[in-house]
Amino acid sequence: MTDHEPDSNPQPETLFGVEEMELNFGPQHPATHGVLRLKLTIDGERINDCYPIIGYLHRGTEKLFELHPFFQNVPHTDRMDYVAAATNNLAYVGAVEKLLGMTVPPRARYIRTLLSELQRISSHLLWLATHAIDIGAMTPFFYTFREREQILDMFEEYCGARLTLNCMRPGGQPFDLPVGWVEKVGAFNEAFPEKVDEYEGLLTENRIWKKRTVGIGILPPEVALDYGVTGPMLRGSGIQWDIRKAMPYEAYDEVDFDVPVSYNCDTYDRYLVRMEEMRQSVRIIRQCLEKLPDGPIMAKRPRVLKGPKDSDVYHSVEGPKGEIGFYIVGDGTPNPYRCRVRPPSFYNIEVLPEMVRGGLIADLIAVIGTTDIVLGEVDR
Amino acid sequence: MPGVLTALHDSLGATIFYFVLSPALKIAILLILVLTLIAYTTFAERKILGFLQVRTGPNRVGPWGVLQPLADVAKLLVKQDIIPDRAVRWVFVIAPCLVVGPALVIFSVIPFGPSAELSGAFNWFITDVNVGLLFVVAMATVGVYGIILGGWASNNKFSLLGGLRSAAQMISYEVPQGFALVVPLLMAGTLSLTGIVDAQFDQGRWFVFGFFPFGLLAFFIYFVAGVAESNRNPFDLPEAESELVAGFHTEYSGMRFALFFLGEYANMIVISAVAVTLFLGGWHRPFANVEALSFLDLGFLPGGMSSFVWFTLKLLCFLFVYIWFRGTFPRYRFDQLMDLGWKWMIPASLIAVSGTALVKILLA
Repeated sequence: MTDHEPDSNPQPETLFGVEEMELNFGPQHPATHGVLRLKLTIDGERINDCYPIIGYLHRGTEKLFELHPFFQNVPHTDRMDYVAAATNNLAYVGAVEKLLGMTVPPRARYIRTLLSELQRISSHLLWLATHAIDIGAMTPFFYTFREREQILDMFEEYCGARLTLNCMRPGGQPFDLPVGWVEKVGAFNEAFPEKVDEYEGLLTENRIWKKRTVGIGILPPEVALDYGVTGPMLRGSGIQWDIRKAMPYEAYDEVDFDVPVSYNCDTYDRYLVRMEEMRQSVRIIRQCLEKLPDGPIMAKRPRVLKGPKDSDVYHSVEGPKGEIGFYIVGDGTPNPYRCRVRPPSFYNIEVLPEMVRGGLIADLIAVIGTTDIVLGEVDR
Repeated sequence: MPGVLTALHDSLGATIFYFVLSPALKIAILLILVLTLIAYTTFAERKILGFLQVRTGPNRVGPWGVLQPLADVAKLLVKQDIIPDRAVRWVFVIAPCLVVGPALVIFSVIPFGPSAELSGAFNWFITDVNVGLLFVVAMATVGVYGIILGGWASNNKFSLLGGLRSAAQMISYEVPQGFALVVPLLMAGTLSLTGIVDAQFDQGRWFVFGFFPFGLLAFFIYFVAGVAESNRNPFDLPEAESELVAGFHTEYSGMRFALFFLGEYANMIVISAVAVTLFLGGWHRPFANVEALSFLDLGFLPGGMSSFVWFTLKLLCFLFVYIWFRGTFPRYRFDQLMDLGWKWMIPASLIAVSGTALVKILLA
């Protein structure tokens, strides 16, 4: 692999001729959330430059898409953002449906909305757990995992898997909801806001937590837009952009929810945005459960799905981490000719150097936590 | 037991008995006690953290997991001991000893109970140095060398950063800690640890409540600085797992790592023991001067045992607070820690010292 040299800052003139130290941060490091490698140039503990080096988890997923028929590609999407498989599934099947012009029955649309909101909560819980434990607060980790387990149990009951769900198909849903599932989700959903209060009780007004996050990792809105940052990262910088509202898909135009935005552009605000998003997800789930229509769960579809010749389509959904999109080109065969993925983490990680330059190593940890990256998705 | 001791006394002669055998026995007993306490502090930590974090903690080895510390020790003893190729060997080897040694030495002056003329049997301490407090401070300072040298000798950038952090942290926090220790010293008028405990008994109050609010302030500063000195959450920057992998002990493995670990827990216990001695009346029961509460003397225990029990109870409260901290707080950032030390704790400790001195002069 070629190492790209970071932009060398001119060394300041100092009395003792201080030298910068190069620190190789990762790919095996407890706080890089997988196999992210950062090349840091540090002066004492101050970071002069940071260069993310990715690719340690590259599995050639985009090429794999070309080798399999449309309906066999759903499991590949599970393995990109492996903590938010449902939204990945949704983005992919949505793109295929758009390409083939299929209409999904209403019950399937509601089930999909339910699954992706549950997935959003579980992904945000994992983010909160790792973010907090990186900053040194150990206990939220176990609290959030308690609730995350319940969500994973519900996924398991629905589709048999806990992480790599493979729970959607082009054209609809593979299974109807199991008996008693709706009540179970409803009970969890009503109890959940109290649990969010519990996490917030540990962190939101904690002096040390605020000291570690307020004013740390500033991401100005214009920089965020330049880099294509999406999701809570963007909304934490004061830009109200949520694909669920902007380009509604599935059942999102039939439910009522707010898109939290915060304007201080720092780690603390992104924390607040995500906490509020969990509460909004609860609202969406509640409405979905109330409105859940009866009917078929699978559209009428051909036995073999073939992308029309010379057709292409881009479809994106609001994943827990930002805009997850698929660009699919069809060539008249059962396989996609090309499938390009737009993973939110890939764009969010690019902005990392902008956010950590001039900070301390401890800030870097907080910023890696707040970007909420999953390397499986960055490297694909 | 006393019979055996008398027989030994007669056969060995008074000199050997009092100057060799008796201290050696006491040291052996104390070491066993302290090491067991350390082992079970780690166990208690895991159990209490488990309780705080809605999980069970260790529960596989022995009933309720009580044999877990022994299993841990066995594992650490037989683990491969790796010294990195480019490490400075002798410094690398000596560093863990520098951490654990001084921490254990401090126990020699901690009075776990009254002296012989009060307890009627024997001294509940190894020695009563007349500059005991200075000895404690001096020995506690030596421990920092182990961490700095260990971090430097590992030839690892993360270890080096951990060592540097700990150097800055420990030096900054020794200043307010030292000042805070001056307060009970002023109140008691002696540096001897038994003397300070006796003074609290004579004056009829624990020094934490003495010269309100200065005693309380000093106690608070001492304990916070103590948490920082022993590198515990929320001041566990030198080993900050998520930032510096494992900080100064990244490259250590097996028993050498265990020694650092041992040192950390020994330091926790030392700091708690000194806090109990200086601020919380040492081995005396609460309200030691109030006759009505004499049932707290635990008269059913054999000679002097009740003071040991009270001392241990107070000590355990402190250890619980340490663990509680760990379950509650995030970690400070390096520069914020320095800010807290220099901008808040040192001025506050100066106020405590000068306030105490002023009150003392006015009362005199």
